[in-house]
Amino acid sequence: MNTVYLDNNATTRVAPEVLEAMLPFLRDFWGNPSSMHSFGGQVRKHIDNARRQVAALLGAEEDEIIFTSCGTESDNAAIASALAANPCRPHIVTTRVEHPAVFGLCQRLEKEGHQVTWLSVDTRGMLDLDEARRAVRDCTGVVSVMWANNETGVIFPVEEVGKIAKSAGCAFHVDAVQAVGKLPVTLRQSTIDFLSLSGHKLHAPKGVGALYIRKGTKFTPLIVGGHQEMGRRGGTENVASIVGLGAACELAGKHMGEEQTRGRGLRDKLERALLAAAPDTRLNGHPEMRLPNTTNISFEYVEGEAILLRLNELGICASSGSACTSGSLEPSHVLRAMGVPYTAAHGSVRFSLSRYTTGGEIDFVITHLPPIIKALREISPFGRKGR
Amino acid sequence: MWNYTDKMMDHFLHPRNVGEISDADAVGEVGNMACGDALKLYLKIDKSDTCITEAKFQTFGCASAIASASALTELIKGKTVEQAEKITNDDIAAYLGGLPKEKMHCSVMGQEALEAALAKYRGSSPAPREEGKIVCTCFGVTDTKIARVVREHNLTTPEQVTHYCKAGGGCGGCIGEIQAIIDEVWRKERERKAQRATPRKYLTNIQKIQLIQETIEKEIKPTLRADGGDIELIDVAGNTVIVAFRGVCAGCPASGVTIAAVVEKKLREFVSPEITVREAQG
Repeated sequence: MNTVYLDNNATTRVAPEVLEAMLPFLRDFWGNPSSMHSFGGQVRKHIDNARRQVAALLGAEEDEIIFTSCGTESDNAAIASALAANPCRPHIVTTRVEHPAVFGLCQRLEKEGHQVTWLSVDTRGMLDLDEARRAVRDCTGVVSVMWANNETGVIFPVEEVGKIAKSAGCAFHVDAVQAVGKLPVTLRQSTIDFLSLSGHKLHAPKGVGALYIRKGTKFTPLIVGGHQEMGRRGGTENVASIVGLGAACELAGKHMGEEQTRGRGLRDKLERALLAAAPDTRLNGHPEMRLPNTTNISFEYVEGEAILLRLNELGICASSGSACTSGSLEPSHVLRAMGVPYTAAHGSVRFSLSRYTTGGEIDFVITHLPPIIKALREISPFGRKGR
Repeated sequence: MWNYTDKMMDHFLHPRNVGEISDADAVGEVGNMACGDALKLYLKIDKSDTCITEAKFQTFGCASAIASASALTELIKGKTVEQAEKITNDDIAAYLGGLPKEKMHCSVMGQEALEAALAKYRGSSPAPREEGKIVCTCFGVTDTKIARVVREHNLTTPEQVTHYCKAGGGCGGCIGEIQAIIDEVWRKERERKAQRATPRKYLTNIQKIQLIQETIEKEIKPTLRADGGDIELIDVAGNTVIVAFRGVCAGCPASGVTIAAVVEKKLREFVSPEITVREAQG
């Protein structure tokens, strides 16, 4: 059975070029870049090169990039550092739809005594900038907002939010884990002070991420240890993965246009076909202000886990905001923040494409998903009109 | 991904007895869409011998909810109402080769739909189960229901309660109240046991030895045997009880603790507060 992988917002395949770039550093050049001998020291220039590649994709300077272990670490480091830099500004502004990396951290900080303002979103998942303006105050230490939502793909107007943060003189962090590689980023002309990204969302391996720290921004390391990463992140560098992340960023830059045209075309085709194929079906998220690779569709009267496991039988990989898929009993906090009714949130399915997605795979899903929905609705005691 | 058994996946992918019975003799309906799962059970029951001749269902829910409903209908078909009444959620889970603990509430939903249908058949309302104060507002679970799952499944933590009836699994605001219900259930249980044991004020020596023997058999042995150990009563001298440990308990360096913690506590509770326990020498 072929795997039809449409869960790229969860993780992506390692690009073959990325793997090739990494292998020498697992096989031959396994030295420590901090060593005083050339066997180790020769590795250093490859890390520097990777830093250049990441900086190039972000429109930033090399010395503004540090490598981390993942997007979550980057988020934690940025927010913790912003708060540490200004102890007299303990207030945090973030949104109700953040990824758990930021959401969970801010919940904990709230428990520890930080005031947190959770910005709401409308039914299409968009922020109200006036609400953001009202939220920011003199004691706000950091505004942290995601660039693109992992569940719905909805894109926030980060520069607009950044202006609000800057007007109050507080640090601005952006979780860009889903945006980098899919949307053009130019940090040189930006209000962003900290930006997080993750390797495995853009065809690099898991276990590597990066954090952009604007030049001149006060930074306190989260992981304290050696002098690595200009003293900003202790721990021996994950050389092969860092090289892989650099290569992945360079590839992402090359394929960016393709994501916006070919990728978007496939996504739109899938979305249109699924919305048309079954009644009582809705799109979650703003129809336009969205990543080109993501679609989140609710099928009323059926439950997401049941859909996923039936798709799994056909080799189709997707994900759901249903409660049952997470082990928690509440459906997705993102869909609930958008006011999606419980009935629709339980039956939500997210498809996220990549540049490796083919037209044939999209056709396969368009053929096989509607009968699954029909079969599950026939089992369901609800929604007779939906059949 | 959940660790589902092959049998569960089979019942999810090929559910048995899906549908409605238009002239059903009993219908049981539990859950709702907001909760994320719901089950409607239809029964056809033979009036002469109360045999369930046909069972069908409709489910809105995850894979294990669908499989649990399918398993339930298979379990009750051909059984009399009296036999079907004895089926529990554990039977449903066992039929499917087990369910992940987070999914036990799916099998509970099966049991509840069956109870609701049978109650309707007998003409009584299934009300007693629904009474009580709502504790978990997210899922509309009452204190009565929480206390029932705690007792029936021997639960000790709010997390376990969530697995069985969902209570506490939403906003989590009622976790403290659930813990209080758990504590109350077990406090009452202890009181009940103590009451059963205390009235015997004046015991003859023989009565006392019998009561000690009985307490060891009923209250202590099951606990030790569950861990592969055993206990034997050797002698009773006044209020001193001499016992020997067998199985894995024999020669266990922690057996001093076992005596104090389990045996003595139980004997003091059920026989007399003056009892002391010693382990037989050699």
